[in-house]
Amino acid sequence: MRDLMRWGAAAFAALGFASLASGNALAAEPVRIGAFLAVTGPASFLGEPEKKTLEMYVDRLNKQGGVQGRKIELTVYDDGGAPDKAATFAKRLIQSDNVDIIIGGTTTGTSMAAIKIVEPAGVPFISLAGGIDIIEPVKKWVFKTPHTDRMAAEKVFADLHKRGLTKVALISENAGFGKSGHDQSLKVAGNYGIEIVADEVYSPKDPDVTAQLTKIKNTPGVQAIFNFGFGQGPAIVTKNTKQLGITQPLYQSHGVASKDYIRLSGDAADGVRLPAAGLVIADQLAATDPQKPVVSAFKADYETAFKSEVSTFAGHAYDGLQIALSAIMRAGSSDKAKVRDEIEKTSGYVGTGGIVSMSPTDHMGLNLSAFHMVEIVKGDWKMVD
Amino acid sequence: MAKLMNARSGGLALLALVMAVSPLGFTNAYYYDVAVGALFNAMICVGLNLLIGYGGQISLGHGAFFALGAYASAIGTSRWGLPPLAALGGGAVLVGLLAFVLARPILRLKGHYLAMATLGIGMIIYIVLKTEAQWTGGPDGMGVDPLALGGFVLATDRHWYWLAAMLLLVVVWLALNLVESPVGRALRAGHGAQIGAEVVGVDTSHYKVLMFVVSAVVASMVGSLFAHKNGFITPDIAGFHRSIELVTMVVLGGMASIYGSVLGAVLLTLLPQVLAGFDDYEAMIFGAIMMGTMIFLPKGLLPSLITQIRKRAGGRS
Repeated sequence: MRDLMRWGAAAFAALGFASLASGNALAAEPVRIGAFLAVTGPASFLGEPEKKTLEMYVDRLNKQGGVQGRKIELTVYDDGGAPDKAATFAKRLIQSDNVDIIIGGTTTGTSMAAIKIVEPAGVPFISLAGGIDIIEPVKKWVFKTPHTDRMAAEKVFADLHKRGLTKVALISENAGFGKSGHDQSLKVAGNYGIEIVADEVYSPKDPDVTAQLTKIKNTPGVQAIFNFGFGQGPAIVTKNTKQLGITQPLYQSHGVASKDYIRLSGDAADGVRLPAAGLVIADQLAATDPQKPVVSAFKADYETAFKSEVSTFAGHAYDGLQIALSAIMRAGSSDKAKVRDEIEKTSGYVGTGGIVSMSPTDHMGLNLSAFHMVEIVKGDWKMVD
Repeated sequence: MAKLMNARSGGLALLALVMAVSPLGFTNAYYYDVAVGALFNAMICVGLNLLIGYGGQISLGHGAFFALGAYASAIGTSRWGLPPLAALGGGAVLVGLLAFVLARPILRLKGHYLAMATLGIGMIIYIVLKTEAQWTGGPDGMGVDPLALGGFVLATDRHWYWLAAMLLLVVVWLALNLVESPVGRALRAGHGAQIGAEVVGVDTSHYKVLMFVVSAVVASMVGSLFAHKNGFITPDIAGFHRSIELVTMVVLGGMASIYGSVLGAVLLTLLPQVLAGFDDYEAMIFGAIMMGTMIFLPKGLLPSLITQIRKRAGGRS
């Protein structure tokens, strides 16, 4: 037995040192774009439209002859929203598929996991997730297209400030998006002279939040309520607010900017205000708005192709793809370092999320003008400003 | 006796050989990355099989022990500045203690109730990791530094592969010895006929607790390594899904078969990667493979295959 084990160990060690990874020959034909998205799993309502959007536009561009005569090759992997899978797929895209650029990371968690891979590898990476940690502090190879939770909070507080409402009750989901939004809200409230007088949380699966809302109702001096959450939670908050007869105005975050929210909350949603991207209110944008033609065209494309309502998440993927492709065109090649530099120089790109102008210190390039304050009136969006 | 020794050491040598030769087919870091994932899972499954296959107890909470180990390393090294090995060891001790305290009341339960209780523990740990954001970074997770051992930093996937391969050999060797020791015999006696075993003086619950602790500690240590390798962890690794995955690997590979666990873990780690190219059909093919195995090889891959081979060889073992 001893002999056998020693033999095994020796063979193991000898072969181990002998094995060498072989280099990969670079075939410079197509432009290779890689994506890892949460197509299944809890975040699939974000990842699925992202995947469909990327596929639709890559397909269309290839039919028109590709980029600078080169075909685009898109590789999409489904990470199911799991960060460890995302890291593996990022590695696979870089090492095995030799992609020139990566778009993706549906959630903040998957994006953060992939950053650990793309940064040392030196591959341009455009994330489609909201968290501000992705681009703050600035990382050389990492960019993102969606608005941050901090911007949503700032937009809401600016609107409250304009209406002269300064004492705000915050109610947020204690997970992911809501949690991060809650922290950012507390951070920026002071800048707008807003005082948070109540701070309540609920869990994303809570079927009822009247307890928290009753507490807010009994807090003296509350002038408005601000809810940060995703999915069904905000709809429950909205319904419960109405049931309790709370009359202070209710604000929601950009996380609920879909018709599903209105459908779930019914007429309780009337009068609710939230920040939303231009895509949501494409038909109400002023004719002079530079975003108008872009969002209208994208909405039409998406809705005719998939027979379902366009979402802002699909828009993030569209923006990511456009920013990537125009950077490749300006760089004149898919050389990773050149493309990275060109993405950073993106200026005045009109996308579905807003007008993007990046810089070495800002790898998102959106400002507050990207958001419109929207009020829900009779089950539909109405632009306030 | 000689034959038994041969099966044990011969298997180890074969495992070492396979792991040593496999990298010849690895053309880039991605292959190493997947292989390391497979080896990590194999280690946990070997530990878990001691509990499930030999102890006859099911646990749907081992994903959480894995996560506790990962977070112990993450918090220990980044917030308290502990050396990585100390954090790993500290995490393992804590998880071992936790498993010990929990095991007595839990392992008195049987069948569905036991599964429910371990499931509950997993859920609680998941929720704690998710909500204690000042420690764990909350649902968005936290970063972990690479593993540094006495000035040497394990930075590449290839380093990790060799470390994981050596550790798997050690774990398998320990597990094989444990199974063939009086402890292993007592365990199997308890599994086969609990009352019978107790009548002849075997303290069955003691051994079950022991296996619960051992498997939890293995999961925790692998979790620590995983945290250092991945560089970023989120509470999702403690999720229900993860625990189910581990049990599936053990059952697929074959209960009460140490090498079966290695096989099951490697297959189930590789399959999603291989099937990723099939796009929408991935889940369907995956499900079909699982169902086929359970229907045609109900004892799990390795035990069923060995039985088949023996039958072909003429009924002699």
